[in-house]
Amino acid sequence: MSTVASVDVLIVGGGIVGCAIAERLARAGLSVCLVERDVLGGAATAASMGHLVVLDDDAAELALSAYSCARWQALAPSLPATAEYRRNGTLWIARNVEEMAEAQRKQWRLAQAGIDSELLTAAALAEQEPALAAGLAGGLRVASDGMLYPPVAAAWLARQAAAQGAQIRCGVGVRNLVEGAVLLDDGSELRAPHIIVANGCAAPELLYGAPIRKRKGHLLITTRSAPRVRHQLVELGYMQSAHGGDGESVAFNVQPRPSGQLLLGSTRQFDDVSSTVTPRLIQRLILRAQEFLPGLATATALRAWTGFRPTTPDHRPLIGPWPARAGVWLACGHEGLGVTTALGTADLLAAQLLGLELPFDARPFAPARFAAQVSHAA
Amino acid sequence: MRELRSEVLVLGAGPAGIAAAVSAERAGARALLVDMQAEPGGQIWRGQWNKATDSTARRWLSALRASPVEGRYGLRLVDVPAPGEFVFDGADGPLRVHCERAVIAAGARERLLPFPGWTLPGVFGAGGLQVLAKNGWPVAGKRIVVAGSGPLLLAAAASLRSLGAQIVLIAEQSGWRDLAAFGSGLLGTPHKVVQAAGLWRKLIGVPYRTGSWVTQALGDNEVRSVIVRRGRQIVQLDCDALAVGYGLVPNTEIARALGCELRDGAVWVDMHQHTSVPGVYCAGEGTGIGGIDQALVQGEIAGCAAAGRAELAATAQRRRRGSERFAAHLRRHFGLRAELRSLAQDDTVLCRCENVAFGAAKACSSMRDARLQTRLGMGHCQARVCGAACEFLFGWGAATPRPPLAPAGLSCFNLSTSAENPQEPT
Repeated sequence: MSTVASVDVLIVGGGIVGCAIAERLARAGLSVCLVERDVLGGAATAASMGHLVVLDDDAAELALSAYSCARWQALAPSLPATAEYRRNGTLWIARNVEEMAEAQRKQWRLAQAGIDSELLTAAALAEQEPALAAGLAGGLRVASDGMLYPPVAAAWLARQAAAQGAQIRCGVGVRNLVEGAVLLDDGSELRAPHIIVANGCAAPELLYGAPIRKRKGHLLITTRSAPRVRHQLVELGYMQSAHGGDGESVAFNVQPRPSGQLLLGSTRQFDDVSSTVTPRLIQRLILRAQEFLPGLATATALRAWTGFRPTTPDHRPLIGPWPARAGVWLACGHEGLGVTTALGTADLLAAQLLGLELPFDARPFAPARFAAQVSHAA
Repeated sequence: MRELRSEVLVLGAGPAGIAAAVSAERAGARALLVDMQAEPGGQIWRGQWNKATDSTARRWLSALRASPVEGRYGLRLVDVPAPGEFVFDGADGPLRVHCERAVIAAGARERLLPFPGWTLPGVFGAGGLQVLAKNGWPVAGKRIVVAGSGPLLLAAAASLRSLGAQIVLIAEQSGWRDLAAFGSGLLGTPHKVVQAAGLWRKLIGVPYRTGSWVTQALGDNEVRSVIVRRGRQIVQLDCDALAVGYGLVPNTEIARALGCELRDGAVWVDMHQHTSVPGVYCAGEGTGIGGIDQALVQGEIAGCAAAGRAELAATAQRRRRGSERFAAHLRRHFGLRAELRSLAQDDTVLCRCENVAFGAAKACSSMRDARLQTRLGMGHCQARVCGAACEFLFGWGAATPRPPLAPAGLSCFNLSTSAENPQEPT
């Protein structure tokens, strides 16, 4: 069988990033086809916590995440209730004086991006979150951060795209990427002058040499009888100390679900590409969480699962043209920040593709920064 | 965490598990029998441990008492973190068992299908109400409609009647031709005829309708009446309770968590009850619904094989073939009719744990899609109820089991070992 169809833009991957791009480009009037081999939002999107958070590890990340969080806030009134968008805020927790000093530096950095935050003393922290352990130094409250349920948000974006004429094709994979077209698993061919690879960890399957590695994570959700928590709770050492290196790491990161359940994270490891739950890491995750939330000792686990973060060597996503092949664009490698930055990614990619004014500096995300590796591969 | 070591671990103390544990010990292995109920017997021999009224139950439960099998009850399997390692949760906290071989004898559960009103108080599973009533739930004087499919309906109705309930009607969805064929097929297994005759004797005077099914349960705060359809006929019957179950489905969570291959929704086993995973055996309803004879004979074979003495089960092999014929017969004549797929309305609840409506699930493309988009099957029961319904309604396969297999205390994930252990079972 060899049927040929043609569109302006073909998007490979129906995670939240691919769906956001489909919505953005369909809204711009392009004919769009999104191809997803499984179900919408079924891979990293499904495994993620859905924490919409401004991160400030470097200026580029701060610009992308701050812009994206503002976009989610603007979109919030249109989202369906089942997307469970809430602005509960993030509470960054400091355990000691050094981390309190880091909280102050974080407050200053966030302020540079126009993000308000509030330093909390130990007493104020206990007042905000009475379930937290005694003896913590304080924290930083970022009230504008939010959370949502990513698979529903992704599917909603895809429906918005479809309402503006985009084709959304699930259950069919892309077998091969050729000049100006892709070959699908069903034998048909889809031609498009622009092909956007937004399939996260699967990008290297289509583009040999795409600099993406799988970084495994574990999550666990409790039943509804869990300690009461209001904010997303994250330890201040989250990126700096806990997840900064390339080794196996565990950091305290807890999210209250609207149901009263608690979602416990997070772990990071590179060495393991099997999707099975590793008992040792679940144990470490629980012990870490119990240090901050002692009430978890009597909580009940409902389910634990794993997922893979698409990770680049410099931990920044790849958004822009792929230098090795004309007409191919990348929107992948978002590691743990794909849900937060999906809307910003879509806007940045659309601006480049349509020749519009860029919403923020695109250079830090240009796939060309790995040009040496790429030219090698091409 | 407390720890135990055993040569053969038997998961489930119903007829198959009891036969497996007793047979493994007879064949020279040390066996540990674990069940989540407080005492052995499973669903079918519930209450027989202390007061056996059934002769087969008495024989096997006495054999278990006389055997050196170590029994641990009130323990629910929650995780299988590594090959040969099983973590249970119970009132005394978690217990980890290390074993060389395992026999899964996890039984079956009732298939419940959604229809308008099925979540009203007073609507029970047929087997479910039978168990509740045996445990003291008052049914005396209550008007009960028993509906659904399969031989379990007769057993449930007879048992409810013996406890004083007034059985308004037994509505069997299978047609009379299938029922007649099923009945005449039993002539090859005379004791099944005796069993059936015994049940019918207890049900003299109770209306029994074939080709009939409940389309709706009505009532404000609890069920007051049901609508029963038979062909073009529709009748409304007043009642105080509805016991409705559409046959049994194998419990396969443990087997799937261990990676065992499934065929047609049941665990695949070879003639020695060995699954596709080395050292893991399965006996009883898990291998396909076949009733108590199949459970006992498969348990014997699995116990001997797990003890490394499969040859001791040579006579059981012949009986196994007979039980297979009965199982095939059961499948052939109690297939569910297509009309049952259209009972639920779009607003009828399908997943009770997460309050997901039939219409929301119907819009999804697979179990996984439905889990992600609606949270169907993501709640407390982990799709034990709605999973079997979705399999029938939409043809969806079961989702991959994730730990824990049942909600479990966070301490079940603590790998450190307490000082007094590990110990050998004595």
